[in-house]
Amino acid sequence: MADTLATHLAGIKHIIIVLSGKGGVGKSSIATQLALCLVQGGNKVGILDIDLTGPSIPHMLGLDGKQVHQASSGWVPVFADENKNLCCMSIGFLLQSKNDSVVWRGPKKNAMIRQFLADVCWGELDYLIIDTPPGTSDEHISIAEYLKDIHPDGAVIVTTPQTVALADVRKELNFCKKVKLPILGVVENMSGYVCPHCEECTNLFSTGGGEAMAQEFGVEFLGRVPIDPSLTLMIEKSNDDNATLENGLIKIYTESNLFKVFNKITDKVVAKVIT
Amino acid sequence: MAVTDNIPEHCPGPTTEQAGKASACQGCPNQNVCATAPKGPDPDLPLIKERMSSIKHKILILSGKGGVGKSTFTSQLGFAFSNDESIQVGVMDIDVCGPSIPKIMGLEGEQIHQSLSGWSPVYVQDNLGVMSIGFMLPNPDDAVIWRGPKKNGLIKQFLKDVDWGDIDYMLIDTPPGTSDEHLSITQYLKESVIDGAIIITTPQEVALQDVRKEIDFCRKVKIPIIGIVENMSGFICPNCKGESIIFAPTTGGGKKMAEDEEVPFLGSIPLDPRIGKACDTGVSFLDEYSDSPACKAYLDIITKIKAQIKD
Repeated sequence: MADTLATHLAGIKHIIIVLSGKGGVGKSSIATQLALCLVQGGNKVGILDIDLTGPSIPHMLGLDGKQVHQASSGWVPVFADENKNLCCMSIGFLLQSKNDSVVWRGPKKNAMIRQFLADVCWGELDYLIIDTPPGTSDEHISIAEYLKDIHPDGAVIVTTPQTVALADVRKELNFCKKVKLPILGVVENMSGYVCPHCEECTNLFSTGGGEAMAQEFGVEFLGRVPIDPSLTLMIEKSNDDNATLENGLIKIYTESNLFKVFNKITDKVVAKVIT
Repeated sequence: MAVTDNIPEHCPGPTTEQAGKASACQGCPNQNVCATAPKGPDPDLPLIKERMSSIKHKILILSGKGGVGKSTFTSQLGFAFSNDESIQVGVMDIDVCGPSIPKIMGLEGEQIHQSLSGWSPVYVQDNLGVMSIGFMLPNPDDAVIWRGPKKNGLIKQFLKDVDWGDIDYMLIDTPPGTSDEHLSITQYLKESVIDGAIIITTPQEVALQDVRKEIDFCRKVKIPIIGIVENMSGFICPNCKGESIIFAPTTGGGKKMAEDEEVPFLGSIPLDPRIGKACDTGVSFLDEYSDSPACKAYLDIITKIKAQIKD
């Protein structure tokens, strides 16, 4: 088992897992932004989406409707840019219709994840970012188990600031401790919203909770990301005019305000991973 | 290369005598599970049916997407129903890995008591009982690191071993997705009949994508859809009263999806930071902030749901 995994993962320098106990806090959006920042920094990056019943990565990267190709050496991931610096793999590429539900219990999900790890030819990558579903169940136990001997660099934990979300995310931190997955740090997403009419900042989902939690658990706080509707719009745009897109999302993202915020977070992650 | 190709062509079916043993089962990832699982009808189903016979209406709260407000909606619906003292309400939280109901309903730190007739739910008030794994953890931060079968076992116990008493409305809050919890609850309640599912979404396409899958799931397992609720639609700045769109409905939002899928649209609830605050402190948003536009939206939706579920 470990041997077959090792062949296709051998060319990958760093593996980062994006986790959260809570759904809808922005795991996929953080995974995407981390990847975009890393690509902009000159890295080759892959994203593996192991959220099998709710895959969001294809949409996030403007790749709705794309298909995976089979080569003699395995599955070829889907590239998001012309220069082939950003590629990804998701069950979303394997569905006949994007509205099809994947109604699977644990064992089938685990087998699929294993196949993703063993059969996708990632080639040489600086970073592989693994996006996960919420919770601490089959997908999480499996990915931790399968990667045990490969020693992933660690997990980036995503939360929103409100207590209800933090309660679930604390469980995820304890999960990481239990399975001995190093924690690279905590990102607080959806932290504040600046009203476009009056510039007043409203904390829609409270603020500061992520930082306090990071302190309490003795892990690094990587930063907070404000709610910025422009990210949704950028993503929709890149899905719309797919044909005219050359380095589209990477380019428009790096010109946005979010890039400045997120680049700092990326720098902190890189610093942790490199040392 | 579609996902359905994964099922062996001559799969004998997971509940048949041949499950896991037929030649088609060779190499199937489910082979071991199929071969070792007990065959024939589940002996617990009659017990569940017996227990559930005292529960008039069972409503699932579903969404393919996480963090869209399933638990918030469930709890507010529970609070609203229970405002009528003659109505008995139960809330069952089957989100095993991320239970939010205890906190949102102000029951954090409560424990479950065992009696001769089974586990007693925790009561918010006389006519509002709640069951969640959150009441069973020694430490609230403990992770519940369970694979499918253990989660299914707990859900079964919630249905079989909890002394709910006579209940008019049972609201079942679920985790996101279309996996073990969702399959199990529908299977276990097959004979006791689920009235239907309320599907929660937020307006942006990335959420709708997952929610369409949940609608597909409901159709596959034949659960009627009571309707779609769009949560977090629009935000009114408390300072200047200007409206802005946080999660842009670039593809038409929940309403358009409901039309496309031909299911009822129950309404949109605007973002109000006080909803989140009410959840964090475990109080009823509808009682505390009855002046909020979100409160009116909630009540309109609840009226529609009541109208759909007749005795």
